[in-house]
Amino acid sequence: MTLLAVDNLTVSFPTADGTVQAVRGLSFSVEAGKTLGVVGESGSGKSVSALTMLGLNPGADITGSAVFNGKELLTMNQQQLRQIRGADIAMIFQDPLSSLHPHFRVGWQIAEAIRAHTSVNKRDAKTQAVELLRLVNIPQPERRVEAYPHEMSGGMRQRVMIAMALALKPKLLIADEPTTALDATVQAQLMELLVQMQNEVGMAMIIITHDLGVIASVADEVLVMYAGRASERADARTTFFSPHHPYTRGLLGSVPSATGVVGSRLTPIIGSPPSLISVPTGCGFHPRCPFAMEMCIDDQPDLVEIPAGGHHVSACWLPPEMTGVGVAMDTARQRYASAHRGVRSSKLPGVVAAVEGATVYA
Amino acid sequence: MTRFLIRRIILGLVTLWVIITLVFILYYARPGVDPARELAGRAVTPALLANINKAYGFNLPVYVQYWNYLKRLVPIPGQFNLGISNNNHLPVTTIIAQAVPIDISLAVGSAVIWMVLGISVGVLAARRPRSLWDRGATVFVLTGVSMPTFILGLLLLYVLYYLLTIHGIAIFPKPGSYTPITTNPLEWAHDLILPWITLALITAATYSRLTRSSLLEVLGEDYIRTARAKGLSERRVVYRHALRSSLTPIVTQFGIDLATVLGGAIITESIFGLPGLGLAVVQAIEVQNLPVVIGIVLVASFFVVAANIVVDALYAVLDPRVRVS
Ligand SMILES: Nc1ncnc2c1ncn2[C@@H]1O[C@H](COP(=O)(O)OP(=O)(O)OP(=O)(O)O)[C@@H](O)[C@H]1O
Ligand code: SF4
Ligand SMILES: [Mg+2]
Repeated sequence: MTLLAVDNLTVSFPTADGTVQAVRGLSFSVEAGKTLGVVGESGSGKSVSALTMLGLNPGADITGSAVFNGKELLTMNQQQLRQIRGADIAMIFQDPLSSLHPHFRVGWQIAEAIRAHTSVNKRDAKTQAVELLRLVNIPQPERRVEAYPHEMSGGMRQRVMIAMALALKPKLLIADEPTTALDATVQAQLMELLVQMQNEVGMAMIIITHDLGVIASVADEVLVMYAGRASERADARTTFFSPHHPYTRGLLGSVPSATGVVGSRLTPIIGSPPSLISVPTGCGFHPRCPFAMEMCIDDQPDLVEIPAGGHHVSACWLPPEMTGVGVAMDTARQRYASAHRGVRSSKLPGVVAAVEGATVYA
Repeated sequence: MTRFLIRRIILGLVTLWVIITLVFILYYARPGVDPARELAGRAVTPALLANINKAYGFNLPVYVQYWNYLKRLVPIPGQFNLGISNNNHLPVTTIIAQAVPIDISLAVGSAVIWMVLGISVGVLAARRPRSLWDRGATVFVLTGVSMPTFILGLLLLYVLYYLLTIHGIAIFPKPGSYTPITTNPLEWAHDLILPWITLALITAATYSRLTRSSLLEVLGEDYIRTARAKGLSERRVVYRHALRSSLTPIVTQFGIDLATVLGGAIITESIFGLPGLGLAVVQAIEVQNLPVVIGIVLVASFFVVAANIVVDALYAVLDPRVRVS
């Protein structure tokens, strides 16, 4: 059953420098009880898309649709959204220190979430808060319920955020880079906790990250975003072993091999993400793509089905059968790209690197 | 928390001691100054000088003078002594004791008005930035900040007292009226309403500006996003979560302003003829009544130091992180 279906979402912010097109026609869906991983570099529109679901982007111009549990979210008023926030869709954020109110005890903050949606009294809400802290494996929950956020470690704080998010047994939990601010061992524990809680509560999850390694073992499906658009979407296995999009390929190259996901070297994608005020023409990735061709400069590729793997779609002009991460496939991509270069595309830095046979990805 | 407060109180006492010592050096032990002559005021006679020299012990070594000066300031009944006014020969403590209730009355009443008014206008402006409300608030702030107290005070007196009274509507009391709160609380408030409004309107502007900017900043914080993501009402988000954090700069400013009014609101007191510390110090300066001036300087410093301690205590109440540092 589809829990959340987002269709052709666009989000832009009018600013003094021009309109920031943070999300430009994004479509994806989340199945009940499943986990969607959303990956992309900083500024690709991951957070903005998530916040838009909950109406937490003041000042944004929004078009498209987002149907949650049969109801359209984007046309709801604040009062209707308020009933969904925290109750049906809960969200946790990157920095658990700045995401908790520094002046209130953590137990109080959890109880407040409960009382915002139910009519339990203060004492019962606090008892529930203790139970929730126990559920997320916080030692001595009766004592920690009285702690202030600054009295806890980063990992503990994020557990508090998770406890708060689970308070009303949401149908969907959106975790926006839940472990980015924490060190590696704590990251692994928290991801494990999220999966454990998912089994307990039966909720769906959207886990946003810029580190593919984080969601390797957790996500059912992976959505790769670039410059406010979906560039590729597939089940987790396909994403890691048979990606089609050069950007996904690049992200995999960026995964340290120590995570055991892919065996390739740490090769960051050259350049940096484009300004969202003046997004490149054609394929938004073309200024950085090692395989950019003449058509990539003019025409924006749509998401098309990649026949080999189930629900695999990718937005790239390279032939659909060119999937995979090996050196052989990269060479095949380079050959194809060279054959389709033109006057302008041969001047792109990415293509120069590819033509010279440099080890862009290998 | 207790340790934090004790540290703050000790710090306050040290500050007070430094001020007291500076006053001593400035008025009694400055080279080239004859303190007896300064204290004597305008009607100097050799006999008076001799008297003062004897009473204050100005012929003793400086450190003995300093020690006696400190002893006179220890707040124990019978020992506490700020000297004698050289004008009407009343003890300075008596003069101050008469004036201070007026300043406390002025401060309490106007503080309530300026806090409520200033913070409300600030919240209104911050909730709808760049709206008509916000622009209105800006005009209010600019007027309040640039309006001199004496103009506003005289304006209020002219319109609300003079014009109304000559048209037979005598709602506001004539300047110089003051009823102690212990005599009649209603009369007390009625007599003070115009000075309160004067002080409050001038001061409130600062609070609107502070509230607006600090609330706008807090509303962009991550934990406010969390509060909204929990499904709290916007009202609760603003008043319970955001305003709570915005109070820190407001409390700081409040300490300064409260101490300032307590130490004597010179202009307001002069306009409305209220015999508070401000008026007393002005009159004392005019007639070179140094004992009174020194006494009021010391009392005003005490208010500033005390206000600082209260502000620090409030910080600790508001922000648990302060209690540990
Ligand atoms: N309120 C806003 N006003 C203007 N621009 C905004 C606003 N919010 C986000 N943006 C812009 O939208 C773009 C996408 O931001 P978003 O936070 O979604 O990125 P992200 O993919 O979550 O990146 P990160 O990994 O850094 O969190 C960024 O360029 C950002 O500067
Ligand atoms: S090959 Fe072209 S379409 Fe594909 S990612 Fe590169 S630039 Fe975009
Ligand atoms: Mg983000």
